[in-house]
Amino acid sequence: MKINVKHVAKLANLPLSNEEEKKFEKQLNEVLSYVEKLNEKDVENIEETNQTTGLENVTREDINTICFAQDEALSNSKKNHNGMFKIPKIF
Amino acid sequence: MKPVIGLEVHIELKTRSKMFCGCSADYFGKKPNTHTCPVCLGLPGALPVPNKKAIEWCVMLGMALNCKIPHFSKFDRKNYFYPDLPKGYQISQYDEPFCVNGSIKLSTGKKIRIRRVHMEEDTAKLVHELGNQKSTRSTSSGQEIKNQKDEGYSLIDFNRSGVPLAEIVTEPDFDDAKDVKEYLQKIQQIARYLEISNADMEKGDMRLEPNISLSKDGKLPSYKIEVKNINSFRFVEKAIEFEIRRQTEILQKGQTPIQETRGWDEAKQKTISQRTKEEASDYRYFPEPDIPPIRWAKSQISNLKSQMRELPKEKFKRFKKDYELSDYDTEILTRETTIADYFEDAVRIGKNKNIDAKKIAKFIMNRKPSIEEVLPAKLVRNIESATTYVNINEEEIKITVKKVLKNNSQAVEDFKKGKTQALQYLVGSVMRALKGKVDPRVVIEAIENELK
Repeated sequence: MKINVKHVAKLANLPLSNEEEKKFEKQLNEVLSYVEKLNEKDVENIEETNQTTGLENVTREDINTICFAQDEALSNSKKNHNGMFKIPKIF
Repeated sequence: MKPVIGLEVHIELKTRSKMFCGCSADYFGKKPNTHTCPVCLGLPGALPVPNKKAIEWCVMLGMALNCKIPHFSKFDRKNYFYPDLPKGYQISQYDEPFCVNGSIKLSTGKKIRIRRVHMEEDTAKLVHELGNQKSTRSTSSGQEIKNQKDEGYSLIDFNRSGVPLAEIVTEPDFDDAKDVKEYLQKIQQIARYLEISNADMEKGDMRLEPNISLSKDGKLPSYKIEVKNINSFRFVEKAIEFEIRRQTEILQKGQTPIQETRGWDEAKQKTISQRTKEEASDYRYFPEPDIPPIRWAKSQISNLKSQMRELPKEKFKRFKKDYELSDYDTEILTRETTIADYFEDAVRIGKNKNIDAKKIAKFIMNRKPSIEEVLPAKLVRNIESATTYVNINEEEIKITVKKVLKNNSQAVEDFKKGKTQALQYLVGSVMRALKGKVDPRVVIEAIENELK
């Protein structure tokens, strides 16, 4: 399996220089081939799962809890305006 | 060429709290960023815990749409970057949604297959503004006012972030905009009947994204266009019909439309390209490690089913049968539960007074009483007084009218000059003189005859 580092960088929202692209392409391919070792293991009789805690049905009742005050919510923002987070324009 | 249309509908659930935290989910018109906490702001280390009621409502919605409810289900992360999504992923459901394989029947008899109904969280609200406004900037020396000249920017309000959304996905079974509209009205009605959402499109409680393409040979086309930003029933048909025309033109030139997301622009009356559509695999879905999966016992599902409110189809059948109403009357009285409940309350009260359901139905439909102001008991009294006029013989009315007109010559003159209050006065006088209940329309007729 060969990695498309440009595509991965785009999905991760990371701007990479040409050198970085080469560097990470090599590293990521090494990681992939290392993880591929798992394929050598026989898992025929093992039940599939995607969690290890064994927990199920952890939910909460529909009850309100206390929220941040507006200034608290905004306290770590770089910029804000009219009680909202301010960011560079999207469109 | 035949249109091939599939629909994704998002319904915002009206739970008290958000999907994964206890912040209030009632965000509409509230002060920005006052319903937030570490979970819905996406702060590191916060632990999302799903809202039980939201999940139950999602399952009820699925059952109302004749879906199967798998005994095992889980949440997944859908990864993408956008400023309205603070975690960098949306908690959604990928391959094991709460409800699958449902269907709904339209009035034409056509069956629309429902592929799935799943649960996810809403995003924050973005406000786009053009610059030249003052903004406050937090610095180490306190707040500094900065004038931002001609610098466009966007603002984010996280009150909506994490509000529960149920998403209903159909198979591409529609081939015309009218069917889409009827389907949406049915979905809206079901959500309101179940009392799980206000499903108001203008307020954004109900949002739809049609996927539209055209098929030459009846097979599924190789592309599809997703249309967003349709926030009213009026726009649904227009947006779909515009897309069908636009794609027809491209295909007639021998080209294939580009797979992309477009937005409906009401001012320009057309759809406009927003972005080329990402492949599904780009979202890199994977199971949400913070939320253990859900497993239902059979008894839980049947319990939920028994808690479900009567659905539109069932109410329609029952009204027709129990009250012997026509299809038309039943359809109007069951369109909204508030009217249906009002009617049934009035029927219950009317029963003791020998006023039958048909009479009440007719009265509600003809007079359209204000449900908030005229309580059902008052409505029944109104029906009673409207129908129990004493039968006074015509001769007696005629004599009384003559007498009243003679004694009120000034009012008669005023009436002849066109003063309508004078007529009201005369009618009132006649009715008082008769002491009994008499239909004012009969009195007016008698007065007019007398003055001819």
